Amino acid sequence: MQDLGRLGFSEDQGSLLEVATSFCAKRSPIARVRQLIEDETGHDAEVWREIVELGWLGIAIPEAYGGAGLALAEVVPVMEQMGRYLLAGPFYSTTLAAQALVAGGTEDQKRTLLPRLAEGAIATLALCEASGDWDLTNIACTATATAGGNLKLAGTKQLVSDAAVASTIIASVLHAGRPALVMIDRASLAPDALRREVIVDETKRACELCLDGVEIPAANLLDPSRAEAALAHIHLVANLLAAAEMCGGTQSVIDYTLDYLKTRVQFGKLIGSYQALKHPIVDAYVSYEQTRSHVYSAAHCFCEQGIGEIATRMAKAQADTTLSFAADRAIQFHGGFGFTYDCDAQLYRRRAIWHASQYGDAAWHKEKLADLLL
Amino acid sequence: MTDVDPKDLHAFAEAADAWFKENVNRDPGFMLPLTFMEVGTDQQFDFLQTWQNKVYEAGYLGAAWPKEYGGGGLPQAFQTEATKAMRRHGGPIFLNAIGLNWTGPLLLDMGSEAQRAKYLKGILSAEDIWCQGFSEPDNGSDLGNAQTRAVRDGEHYVVTGSKIWTTLGKYARYMILLARTEADTSRKYDGLTFFLAPMKIDGVETRPIRKLTGEHGFTQTFFREARIPADEIVGVEGGGWKVAMRTLEYERGARGGQAGGYVSVGSNAWDVLDLARKMTRGSKPALEDPATRAKMIDFMIDIQSNALCGQRAAFSPLNTDRPTGLALSSKLMHTDFAQRMNAFAIGLTGPGGGYYVGDPNAVDGGWWTRSYLNSFSATIGGGTSQIQRNIIGEHVLGLPKS
Ligand SMILES: Cc1cc2nc3c(=O)[nH]c(=O)nc-3n(C[C@H](O)[C@H](O)[C@H](O)COP(=O)(O)OP(=O)(O)OC[C@H]3O[C@@H](n4cnc5c(N)ncnc54)[C@H](O)[C@@H]3O)c2cc1C
Repeated sequence: MQDLGRLGFSEDQGSLLEVATSFCAKRSPIARVRQLIEDETGHDAEVWREIVELGWLGIAIPEAYGGAGLALAEVVPVMEQMGRYLLAGPFYSTTLAAQALVAGGTEDQKRTLLPRLAEGAIATLALCEASGDWDLTNIACTATATAGGNLKLAGTKQLVSDAAVASTIIASVLHAGRPALVMIDRASLAPDALRREVIVDETKRACELCLDGVEIPAANLLDPSRAEAALAHIHLVANLLAAAEMCGGTQSVIDYTLDYLKTRVQFGKLIGSYQALKHPIVDAYVSYEQTRSHVYSAAHCFCEQGIGEIATRMAKAQADTTLSFAADRAIQFHGGFGFTYDCDAQLYRRRAIWHASQYGDAAWHKEKLADLLL
Repeated sequence: MTDVDPKDLHAFAEAADAWFKENVNRDPGFMLPLTFMEVGTDQQFDFLQTWQNKVYEAGYLGAAWPKEYGGGGLPQAFQTEATKAMRRHGGPIFLNAIGLNWTGPLLLDMGSEAQRAKYLKGILSAEDIWCQGFSEPDNGSDLGNAQTRAVRDGEHYVVTGSKIWTTLGKYARYMILLARTEADTSRKYDGLTFFLAPMKIDGVETRPIRKLTGEHGFTQTFFREARIPADEIVGVEGGGWKVAMRTLEYERGARGGQAGGYVSVGSNAWDVLDLARKMTRGSKPALEDPATRAKMIDFMIDIQSNALCGQRAAFSPLNTDRPTGLALSSKLMHTDFAQRMNAFAIGLTGPGGGYYVGDPNAVDGGWWTRSYLNSFSATIGGGTSQIQRNIIGEHVLGLPKS
């Protein structure tokens, strides 16, 4: 019988979970979430400042580079509670960008940039392209050396999260025929290089990024020898944190639906007394508990060779399946109101579609697991 | 009692490992039951009774129960090691489940001193087999409506009525019995009383019932003016519902204190994986079929979900919002999953799925079909999956009663 990972929970995770729960509840009530949907940047700069002060951006950055030197396991409770309260902001993007540097940056790049990210400079990754491939090494964008010693970029990136507010964008390109990562200073981009995209999860922001004509110093190329390892690492971190965010969301969409089942009356009875509603919401809840166990197991085992990948893919697959089901039922169980923009069920259903679309859905991760386990 | 010297624990674990390695007989020459609900022949019964007694005498069952009642008086960690060792070596199930897992912890929790002294040792040694008289022909899920009557007559209660689906009814010396001592209470629950009833007395008769597998398993149990001593009540007269509910918590694993070991064994995803490797689809191993691969991964995720949820109980900060949620969901998670997996495995055997236990051509001796059919014991017995969903909905999620 193969080892598929196990559960563990650190003291640091415990205290972060506690703080994150009350912070997100306070700073991201649903009315505020709705307001920020209408906001161009999509997040509250004041809340971002507080998050920076709490040290959450530096959690998984090594101490040598200005971080707390903890692990991604400690980022998971924070991300989970952000997901639970739909707290908007570039935390996910910036954390992923920092991990790209940790795994693939040169010593110089890490020394210059990581401390700034720990202090709240916003960064993001530009990985997706029109091919729609979840394999991050399938890249069409290119970086070619210029006569002047710079790198000239070409191609178009899609779904670049939080690009409009980021100071640094790390993009995947083909360089000398191999996958590579490059850092782009957003301030150096032409105004029309970024186009805000219409995305399904309206609490989030993403841009298309046109790289044609962009030139960057050669020193902005991340360590080419570690590019593929860095992409593999990013892929798993993205899925781990997405699973955590979805898990938190599942808890609230279940709670939200339960409130309705306990107050809405039809045929003279609370609708929650009908088993056609009660049993599916119980199934969603049981599945949520299973998801949470997977998420914290993936967090705990993340650094273990082999097992970390298995546990992470299981967590993402389970989180996708569970949030999709819970939010889908949430819409249905609110009746006509469930069909409205005002009903919060849609926020969670859209969230599920978004995360399934980014870095692989349940079916895709199961295929990968089949290759690993069967 | 909570201090464990790691050296002692380690030595105990090693000794247990060696003992089970030496003493487990994997192939007694006849088919062994997968669960305590499947003991169908005297041969199986004798074998399993002897086995339980032997493990108890060696100190690997009830290791954490108090010494004065026949237990080992050790911290729980010791029993956990013993249980791991027996599992590692494929030891058979313990048949006295209703004693070891439900009645025993119940008596330690709510029984009188005299009751503990009288019953606990016999439960561990398997000398006294226990059965459970809750369900009736007309009252199953609606247990609170039980109608078997118990009427006080001097130092006895006189019991009349019938219980059904009595697991081990044929072999049991004692029954935990829920009977109605008062007929006209305003709440149906208030007329119930919980008895420790002797089975081998006049007026108690069991009649075997054949299971869907064709074997004999449980019985219907008839009471015709059977006389039960009045001091064999747990709790008080009229207080039986509370005791029965507590019993169900032990039965469903929502509460700890069981004697240890296990009372059922089954296949896991890796056994199904072996099957998928050896069966063929389109002249290739079934495991190369994409639909089969996807299903196998679903089962592995499920099996891992269940294992991890078991581990999560130890991390209380992860269980603050709905503290009873995991415990009350556990039965549903495990039993529904096992049923789905066994049904899928039958499909993997292709035309061979047409065979049944007993035919020499049956794949794996017919194990998969037998396991699937028997899996309903767990989705029906101990409260059906539908009732489990009601319980989770109402007691964990706070939904109104159906
Ligand atoms: C193998 C096995 C061993 C058993 N051993 C014992 C034993 O040792 N002692 C003992 O006392 N009992 C035993 N039982 C009995 C078991 O506890 C009952 O069968 C069970 O509680 C269901 O009761 P019932 O059979 O009367 O079914 P019913 O209660 O009549 O149920 C019929 C169907 O209706 C559904 N249903 C009923 N009420 C509701 C509701 N409110 N909401 C939704 N659905 C509902 C049920 O889920 C089921 O699908 C055993 C059963 C099995 C299968």
